[in-house]
Amino acid sequence: MTEAPMLTVENVSKRFGSKGDFIARGLAAIGLAKPRPQVLAVDDVSFVLNRGEVLGVVGESGCGKSTLGRMIAGLLEPSEGTILVDGEARGARVAKRDEPGKAPRALDLQMIFQDPFSSLNPRKRVTDLIGEAPRVHRIVDRDGLERYVADLMERCGIDPAYRDRFAHQFSGGQRQRIGIARALAVKPEILVCDEAVSALDVSIQAQIINLFMDLRDEFGLTYVFISHDLGVVEHIADRILVMYLGRIVESGPAAEIFTDPQHPYSRALIEGVPRLDRRRVVYNPIEGDIPSPLDPPKGCHFHPRCPLAQDRCRVEAPKLRRIAPGRSAACHLVPETSTVAPPVAKESTEWPVTKTG
Amino acid sequence: MTHVLELRNLDTSFFTEGGELRALQGVSLTVGSGEILGLVGESGSGKSLTGFSINGLISPPGRVVGGEVLLHGENVLDLSREAMRRIRGQNIAMIFQDPMMTLNPVLRVETQMRDALAAHLSLSRAEARARSIAALDEVGIPSPEERLRAYPHQLSGGMRQRVAIAIALLHQPDLIIADEPTTALDVTIQGQILALVQRLCRERGTALIWITHDLAVVAGIADRIAVMYAGRLVEVGPVDDVLDNPAHPYTAGLMDSVPSRGRRGRRLNQIPGRMPALTSLPEGCAFRPRCSRATDACRAPQELHDIGPARKVRCIHPLTEATA
Repeated sequence: MTEAPMLTVENVSKRFGSKGDFIARGLAAIGLAKPRPQVLAVDDVSFVLNRGEVLGVVGESGCGKSTLGRMIAGLLEPSEGTILVDGEARGARVAKRDEPGKAPRALDLQMIFQDPFSSLNPRKRVTDLIGEAPRVHRIVDRDGLERYVADLMERCGIDPAYRDRFAHQFSGGQRQRIGIARALAVKPEILVCDEAVSALDVSIQAQIINLFMDLRDEFGLTYVFISHDLGVVEHIADRILVMYLGRIVESGPAAEIFTDPQHPYSRALIEGVPRLDRRRVVYNPIEGDIPSPLDPPKGCHFHPRCPLAQDRCRVEAPKLRRIAPGRSAACHLVPETSTVAPPVAKESTEWPVTKTG
Repeated sequence: MTHVLELRNLDTSFFTEGGELRALQGVSLTVGSGEILGLVGESGSGKSLTGFSINGLISPPGRVVGGEVLLHGENVLDLSREAMRRIRGQNIAMIFQDPMMTLNPVLRVETQMRDALAAHLSLSRAEARARSIAALDEVGIPSPEERLRAYPHQLSGGMRQRVAIAIALLHQPDLIIADEPTTALDVTIQGQILALVQRLCRERGTALIWITHDLAVVAGIADRIAVMYAGRLVEVGPVDDVLDNPAHPYTAGLMDSVPSRGRRGRRLNQIPGRMPALTSLPEGCAFRPRCSRATDACRAPQELHDIGPARKVRCIHPLTEATA
């Protein structure tokens, strides 16, 4: 028997804002009322994630990466499509009664948030922040609770002597550790990290990244790692989804995408990242702002900013298609075969970053 | 050689009920015309405070208690409030992290730019408008005439930051202090702002202090780099020298903490612990408790000393030995 993928996301879309009822739509149609704005925050996203893999989701503001993460974590219902965890739909998993001593399987997915200041209850002590969920779900009994919480705190690098403190008595990095310990307390299989290290200082960020990697090795955790920081994602992820205005524009193994991005947007994004080894760079960035998700451009969403855009790109939205084993891209100009060089404009436009002597 | 700005042993303290907090201790720096200096450090290192101290923006309970801020050789700390006000905005401009904070949300862009001009010049409405349009055009804002009518909330984050930069440039300052101006922006927009600032500095010979926590950004635009830790400079030097051969263990630790190409999936060499609070600074080297090279000698006060041409480090066990 082959093992089911840990996480299967099939044709998931999310709309915010409703079209309104029959009367509202009627009024809008005859011009008596403004049509209600609707945002397609996530547009037909599919992927499969195996146990122990780290998926990096990257993109800029408004690309739908956080919405996707929230749907995976079960905080938002998808408008369309299904999300299967370990081969089962989430609805079925919540209903299932599990044997005592084991976590209900709905807890398999836990989320770690960006802001460790607002994601911890300021009126609870650390021992309750971490210990409440496992106690309620009977993962650990009352006698073992203290030991359990202390172990978790120690594992995540917080001194168990601080168990009776409140969240505000800790620094940002320590708070993020508490958030991680809280997520681990219910023995999850998948951690969804939404910008989990973005608010931290560089030296603290490195400590938390190391903790994530150790935990993966120790517990075989699967991660969905959402970040706008490509350096961090490149470091930690096995596979990458690049999103732009709700759609996946490119996906594939991290090592390949970062060395040889195919979609013009991925290239601009990856080559625009400042790096320690690139000095006195002459920046030559892609022009224009990110369009409003309320009114995305027709055809390929990226065409108004794309240096290679052609007439076709303005009318026809490119489908996400396979371009090499394990790799897909949504661009009309990316060739089908694997080893062909990325698309190049006729008069060889310089790509975003060029180094000068 | 004359510098646009020279800091000599700048000390800034905050006087609180708990006693004096020494937020900046003996900060000495220079920036030349057309030069970009990257001032790097983590939260609480004093990098932003250095910018505020230069500009005379420290308010009680804080005070600049010692040292000199020499702008073209003249100590601005000796100036009266009124004289300082004339320098601020005209000779020294500042760009902040959050343009929503620097722009007034209830005034149109035009009004704000006119006010900034009127602070130092007496211009007619039409002249002010013409200069505003020219400034917006220069920072790459499309259709500047229309943007003048806009309120800040009608602009995107990148556009707002461009407007803030345009306002900073209105008086053609000699020195711009940019405090994390791209931290809140997306990668592609950050690239645009970096390109813009870089071009403006080169073309006009403006001196720029770029304050950031992001070493990689500094690597891309700066000529020289200054690293701060717990209110003191720990290392200063040309960007290539410092980043290729960091001398202070903290600089090296900071660089190792940045995920970079070629170390994918491996553990980062983290620095243990965190920056000490100003209320409990360790004696001697402030980095000592986190440093693997620390010895008893590090308990003595450390001086910033030369270890090469234009390079200084505050460490008695530097990773790079002095070069002739």
